[in-house]
Amino acid sequence: MSTLAPSTSELVARVGSETPAVEVRDLRKTFNRKDKKAGRFARKRPWPALADVTFSIARGECVAILGQNGSGKSTLVRLLSTLLINDGGEARIFGHDAFEETSTIRRLVNRVSVEASFFKKMSAAENLSYAARFYGMTPSQTRKAIPEILEQVGFPADRRNESMENLSRGMQQKVALARALLTSPVLLLLDEPTTGLDPRSKLEVQEFIRRVRAEHDATILLCTHDMNEAESLADRIGLLDRGRLLFLEPVEDVKRRFGVETLEEAFFAATGREFEQDNDDDEDEDEDDDDEYREVFGG
Amino acid sequence: MSSAYAIEARRQLIGLFGIVERNVYLTKRYLLWDLAFMVWTIANTLTIVFIARGLHLSPAKVNTAETALLVGATIWAFLGIIFEFMTEIVAWERWEGTIEYTFMAPLSRLAHLFGQGAFAVLYGLIRASILFFAVAAFIGLHMPGANFGAAFLLLAIASLSFIGIGIMTSVLPLISPEKGAQLGFVAQGLMLVVSGVYYPVNVMPQWMQWIAKISPATYALRGDRASIIGTFDAHGNLVTPPTEIAWANVWPLLIIAVLATPIGLAIFNRGERYAKKHGKLKRAG
Repeated sequence: MSTLAPSTSELVARVGSETPAVEVRDLRKTFNRKDKKAGRFARKRPWPALADVTFSIARGECVAILGQNGSGKSTLVRLLSTLLINDGGEARIFGHDAFEETSTIRRLVNRVSVEASFFKKMSAAENLSYAARFYGMTPSQTRKAIPEILEQVGFPADRRNESMENLSRGMQQKVALARALLTSPVLLLLDEPTTGLDPRSKLEVQEFIRRVRAEHDATILLCTHDMNEAESLADRIGLLDRGRLLFLEPVEDVKRRFGVETLEEAFFAATGREFEQDNDDDEDEDEDDDDEYREVFGG
Repeated sequence: MSSAYAIEARRQLIGLFGIVERNVYLTKRYLLWDLAFMVWTIANTLTIVFIARGLHLSPAKVNTAETALLVGATIWAFLGIIFEFMTEIVAWERWEGTIEYTFMAPLSRLAHLFGQGAFAVLYGLIRASILFFAVAAFIGLHMPGANFGAAFLLLAIASLSFIGIGIMTSVLPLISPEKGAQLGFVAQGLMLVVSGVYYPVNVMPQWMQWIAKISPATYALRGDRASIIGTFDAHGNLVTPPTEIAWANVWPLLIIAVLATPIGLAIFNRGERYAKKHGKLKRAG
């Protein structure tokens, strides 16, 4: 797999090889939310999306974080990709502070989220060009690199110039993977990359993630609620429940720890609840407030 | 060290170009919509310019009044484009869902916002030129001695301060996804009201005239009218014929640009920090 953005390897090379790819210590993020059961006039209360989460990921490792909707997975990914500011604790990516050295972190990290997220009227090639420019890739570089990367993700060449709105979810997700890899990230954050895909597209995306691991020098943090996916792709599996990381270890150790056969049973043993997608709450933002302007500009 | 800065500056310029390039792609995709919008703007401008014909003035004064109104309507349209592009820089990306990818990319906010501003100015100048000459041709305006080059140059200079103020308003959709864009349009309307868009500034109450002094639109309107039709006294008599670029209006524009851009960036950075603290930096839905 080609290395297209030269800066990332330089940045990683500057820190010692023993430095973990990701080092998170006591990371905390709280949002203010109303208790929906308390009615319309209820006061907003602090709601911990992440509570003192600590873990590390070695270079080249693939770690899966399992959790139901609203468990804090997306908050974790958004904190590591500089889209949120922490309320406590710290996160380091290849030794760089994720909240202080944001411009460095942004060169090292890219992500694929559950929604493919593109300009729908623009084609796959145009969307990839747009994303690549932010990482300093010139038109002559992208003219060569985009067909290559699209071929690697199995995207048909004859559909390269078709509007994104005409592509299936599976196709769009392949373009999302291509976008993430085009910039040669050394840390790839995958936030439910196969949710909502048909079984065939899901397998293709999973196969591609395996190939990225095998051929590309990338560390992967995979957040998912698909236990089979986590088990088949990751070296270690963590369980995030209501903002707390209950464990992070190889899958066999998890099963042994709880004396169970499956991860579903491990989840039940760890939380006392069935693993199901029972919570549609948006975990990672404050609820809207009429005082937004006063709050930000201090009026 | 200097070569590291040069590499970084080059990267940022490529990123800035990326924003312009994206807008070119989108404009191509929405070309028919743009044509319809252009026709609407021309029709709207005609309704304003025809007001002069109902004033029962001499033909020469009607011609002058029509030209003055046309300059006002054209600058309104131009400013509208800049504010729309700047205010919606966040709203578009939120709507399309790309906002997180753009804000987590190693692109400085200066390059990001100036990329949008650069395209808005380019697109706005083309649109303003088409609007001005289409309406002038439609109603048969005479503009003897008009210095269009000077008027165009002054508008381009004014753009720098418009972008600076546009950056201030572009933060609004970032901190309030639902109401921010509308507040940006309120800011545009208020700026033009105090700047003498269709009337001399001195007809407004004194306190509004004071605000007019810090509005770049005041100098853009005054300077463009001076370059196209000259300057007039309170009775509508010509004082000075159309001039070369009116430097008296250029300096205030440059000063406002120099002040507005860093203030705008500081406000945007504060808004971005607020959005990151409260989880507002995310796609719609």
